[in-house]
Formats: sequence, C-alpha cells, structure tokens
Amino acid sequence: MKQQAAVLGVGQTRHRSKRTDVSMAGLCREAADRAVADAGLTLADIDAVVVGKAPDLFEGVMMPELYLADALGAVGKPVLRVHTAGSVGGATGNVAASLVQAGVHGRVLALAFEKQSESNAMWALSIAPPFSIPVVAGAGGYFAPHIRAYIRRSGAPSHIGALVAVKDRRNGALNPYAHLQQGDITLEKVQASPMLWDPVRYDETCPSSDGACAVVIGDAAAAAAAPGPVAWIRATSMRSEPTMFAGKDHVNPAAGRECVAALWRQAGITDPINQIDVAEIYVPFSWYEPMWLENLGFAAAGEGWRLTEAGETAIGGKIPVNPSGGVLSSNPIGASGLLRFAESALQVMGKAGDHQVPGARVALGHAYGGGSQFFSMWVVASTPG
Amino acid sequence: MTSDVAVVGFAQSPVAVRDDATTSGVEMLVPTIAEAFGACGLTKSDIGFWCSGSSDYLAGRAFSFVSAVDAIGAVPPTMESHVEMDGAWALYEAWVKVLTGDADIALAYGFGKSSGAELRRVMALQLDPYLVAPLWPDSVSVAALQARLGLEAGRWTEKDMAEVAARSRAAAASNPAAQVSGPVSAADLLARPYVAEPLRAHDCAPVGDGAAVVIIASAARARDLCERPAWITGFAHRIDSGALGARDLLSVPSAAGALASAGSGVPVEVAELHAPFTHQDILLREAMGLGDDVTVSPSGGALCGNPMFAAGLARIGSAAQAVMSGRAGRALGHATSGPALQQNLVCVLSGESS
Repeated sequence: MKQQAAVLGVGQTRHRSKRTDVSMAGLCREAADRAVADAGLTLADIDAVVVGKAPDLFEGVMMPELYLADALGAVGKPVLRVHTAGSVGGATGNVAASLVQAGVHGRVLALAFEKQSESNAMWALSIAPPFSIPVVAGAGGYFAPHIRAYIRRSGAPSHIGALVAVKDRRNGALNPYAHLQQGDITLEKVQASPMLWDPVRYDETCPSSDGACAVVIGDAAAAAAAPGPVAWIRATSMRSEPTMFAGKDHVNPAAGRECVAALWRQAGITDPINQIDVAEIYVPFSWYEPMWLENLGFAAAGEGWRLTEAGETAIGGKIPVNPSGGVLSSNPIGASGLLRFAESALQVMGKAGDHQVPGARVALGHAYGGGSQFFSMWVVASTPG
Repeated sequence: MTSDVAVVGFAQSPVAVRDDATTSGVEMLVPTIAEAFGACGLTKSDIGFWCSGSSDYLAGRAFSFVSAVDAIGAVPPTMESHVEMDGAWALYEAWVKVLTGDADIALAYGFGKSSGAELRRVMALQLDPYLVAPLWPDSVSVAALQARLGLEAGRWTEKDMAEVAARSRAAAASNPAAQVSGPVSAADLLARPYVAEPLRAHDCAPVGDGAAVVIIASAARARDLCERPAWITGFAHRIDSGALGARDLLSVPSAAGALASAGSGVPVEVAELHAPFTHQDILLREAMGLGDDVTVSPSGGALCGNPMFAAGLARIGSAAQAVMSGRAGRALGHATSGPALQQNLVCVLSGESS
C-alpha cells in the first residue's frame, strides 16, 4: 500500500560557471541547509539521504557521496547514490519519494549536484570505450542531428529554437538563483550568436554550471507538521531504453512516451494541456522544448512548435514551460533534473517568487538523459488528490 | 510489512580476471541473467523493475551502465534505475520499489571489471578530493593502516588474520564461482611476504571480474517462483564519516546500526560477510555480535572472490541461497562500500514469512 508523500521544502544554490568560493561539500551544504530550513527542519530531522549526480568523471571523484556524508549530516544514516545519466536529478527525487511511499522513512533529503568547474565535462563525455560507437562530440554534437530530423519531420520554421531561448533566458532573469541573467536578450541577438552544432546556436545552448539542488520529501504526518504549503507527489515514473536499436525514434523516443503515459495514468490526467498548469521540462538545447511537448502529449506529433510560436509556453500561456529559466539558464548537469522537479514543487506551493505562474495547482517535473533514453518524471499538486 | 518481499532467485558469474569481458559488463551479465531467469522460469517481460549497481571509475568511462542496458534487452522500454554503488544497494532500491506496490517482481544486478586498471589506485579516488586523494593513499594501504591499529591494540594477530583466510579458502572449495579456494594452513600463509605490511596477499581479496543477479518478488508471486523463498525480514544500511582521521577505525558503527535496524532480535545461522580484508572479517563479526554458533561466509566470502560492485550483492544472494536450499532457517547478507568499511548494509533473510 503506497503512502502519501509530499515535498516539504526546497533549496538550491546560486548557480554559476565557477563556484570557487565553496568546495563540493560547501556547495551541497548550501542547498541542503536551504531545503531543510524551507521545511522548518534541521538536518538532524532527516532519516535518510539520496544523492544524485551525473558521471563521477565530471569532478574527478569516485563516489563523492562517501566524502560528502559528513557535510550532508548523513553520518549514522542511510545514504543512497543514484546515477542515471542526465535524468539523474529526477531519479533522485523519485527514489527519495519511493522511500517515503514504501513507508521505510518519514523524512528524506534528496540532493543532486554538479561542480563542473572541477573537471571537464566535454572530456568526460568524449571517452571512447572499447566496442562502443565513439561520439567525441559532447552532448551538442550528439543531439543536433536529432533536432534536424525533428525540423524536417515537423516542417517547423527555423526561428522556433531562438524563440525558446529568448523566453527561457528572460524567465531566468526572474529567478535569482539562475546562472545566466539575460533579461534583455532579443531574438536578433540569439539569431546572431555563433552556430555551434547546426541548427543549435551559442545562445540556444545550456551553460556549464556549478550548482546543487535539495528537496525534503516527507510522509503525511511530516506534511501535516510542515510550517508552510507542501507539494503533494501525485505520480512518479521512470523508463529506460538502449541508446541505439533498430527502429529507435530519437526524435520522439518510446521510453519518453511510455514514461509519461504511466505518469498521467497514475495522476489521473487525461487531458495534459488543460490539466497541467505549468511544466518544468529538461530542455538543454532550445529545440527540445517543442520536441518534448510532443513526446509528453501536450501537442500532437509535429505540432509542438506551434505552441512555442504562439507564446503558449510563456508565463501566462496555455502551458507555461520552464518559468524558472530551465536548463538553458542553469545547468549543473546532475542537479538539472532535480531543479526541474523542485521548481515544479515551488510552483504548486506558490513560492516561485517573480517566476510564479499565477494559480498553479498541478505541475510536471521532467528529466531525460543518455541518448534520449532515460526518463524520469513526477506530477506534484497543491492538494493530495 | 517487511516480510512481504522475498528473494526468489540468484546467479553469479565465475569470478576471474576475464580477458573475454569488457567493462560494459554485457558479456558477464547476459549468461548470468539467463541463469537466474532459468531457475525461476521467468523472462524479461516478467520483470516490473530493474536496478543495477556499477562504477564509472572502474569502467574508465562516463555512464558505465548505459551499455549494460543492452544486456537486459530494454526494448520495449523498462522501468529501470541505477546506483553508483555495489549491486546490494541496487537490491535495496528494488526492494523499496516492490514495497510501494509499483512492481511485483524486480531484478537487481551488479557488475564490475576490477582488473581493467590498477584497482587499489583507482579506489584512492574515493577519498576526500581536496586533502587526501591527491596523496594517493591506495585502498590496500588504507586497509593496512586499519589492520595495524588492530594489531597494536591487541584486537587480533597476524595469525588470526591468516586463519580467516584459511577458513575462507576451505569454505570456497564448494563454491564454483570462487576465484581462489582450497585447503591451506595458516602457518604456510604466514611464511609468505607482505604486500602492504601487515597485510599479505591472503589478507586481501583477489582482484577479479564478475557479475551477480538477485530476483525478488512480492508475497503474491514469490511462492509461485520458488519452492522456499528467502523472505526479507529486515533490510537497512548506514554510513560512517568519510574522514578517516575522524573515525575510530576499530569500530564499525554503520554495520552495527544497519544490523540493529534490520532486526537482530532472532539469531541467524549463516552470515555472508563482505569483508575484502581478513581483519575486516574479524571487525565485522565483533561489530555485529556474531558468535561461534554462526557460520560465517560459507561461500568463501569476498576473500575468495570480490568482483567490485557485484560482491556485496553476491553475499546477499549467497545468504538467500542458504535459506532457499534449506541449509539455513535464517541468514544475513552483508555488503560494504568505501574505504575501511565506511558504509555497510545488512539484509536479513528467513525461510518463514512473519
């Protein structure tokens, strides 16, 4: 019998390209302290910690949660370390939720981080293991051909990606934690920025950030004791498929479609665009907004770009996407998924500040990773449902 | 509530330095998963949740688990997760998933090609990255410091340590997966040279490659899949400080705490301990209060085969096997992670659901 679980508190760091003022432990502690304070708790109230981050090669530390146990107040407690590629932040939230839903713990801290300035992510992503297809192009080079396939399939006009970038960067300027603060960015500036991986321009690409995010998840009793509003976890879902296989659809992956179908089923959602008030979606390259709108069922295949073009994904639109500024404004890779989950919770708690979507009651948090193959998602709401 | 889930299947690959297996784990996992399925009469479509344990640093690449997804045949897509830990913690995540009711049958696997590089130097990167790891104190040397402390405190002698090795190797003679096994006397072992004083080769787990698979099921399915399921009556883990200088290296509070949480009320007959060094077998028995009436590591334990990121899961699988075969009524499986027994997990298994 699944127990109710809710987000009691959220914390994140000020994301920057280089947080030279803190160690990895200091970075993580900054987010953890803010999350437990937001929940009206201290680290001593936490029963277990779930740590998530992307490849250890990104910092050059093997299983850093071992060294972080002290900084996270986890000594004498259970610590789980999750790693599911770029989706890991979402998986971290879902695993923490499952510990509460299973009745194993009452209050769990989910924490995800990446301190990219400690190593070189491009190098880490470009190692060619034996018997594997070498990419040697980092993430942008890997995803650009799939974006081109999307444009060809959907007939989307070429400025859609730039529209997403303008919206997300302007949203990011409403979020004091966001890495990039570009409130005055324009379509012309984005379109004049250098082409990195055709059709992805510099301004349509996520930054490389140092940052951490933490979320406290508790059971019904902990939610009742919380000092402020909580975000009830209505559904969680994860799906995986191989990087490559005969018939793989890289533009509209089956794993994403099946993941969200299970999510909507659990949450009782039959008409996503009308029942979801706001979505925090993992968009590391601008064009992934329309692509994921379709994969998630907010639009029919080939139609997602129309929502973007009509401004329906802006705050005040039919389905606001990434009011926080999203991955395009802050990208501490391992934390990026948990940031999506945390921002969706902030929205239904009514605590998103200047980037609050008015009246948001039901929200989607989404993350993906690997070669569009690992998906994790949740739906949070202002009431238990 | 915790007895609603049981281990119904276990398989492990033979532990060896495998020239025919890559760091992706696929070559070791495919036959091992097939063996586990065969014993339970299952196929991949029966599995509601998959969870794996492995390490990028061991594999020398980012995303060590990505190719392993090929081994499970994740088409159509599967409900799947991964921990950057020993597969024992993957089993823990799978157990939690079954408790939530989201899956009835779950499969956990761990894999590691420990021989891909110089293991003891790779493991040094688990230490504090700013103050300790740059000095490259390798994992054998860190364990040697712990062994030395115990010798000087009079907690054990080098002969005690050699006797642990001799006991383990004799037990491993009946385990076809073991990397080293067979009768040997403590006196003979003590005549051999040190590798990192006071540790000799027999005090250290051999470097070997391998994979392990454990299948669990809810009460509704367990009895259909296994004549005598090994019911999980307790499952818990804890971590100690990552600062070696801030820890008493001669106590293992995380192992004692995990056992207390998993349920130490009823005694076990068999304990499969994940002790990669002989003195750690002694430390763990003391920390968990295991007396002479408990058979310790009848598989030979990690000292006779320690495939990184699979060996802890294999301990739980071996403990479950003791219950499933009827050799034991109650058994515990233990897993460790981190330098000098920093993190510990205990899974208590019983032939009877409570």
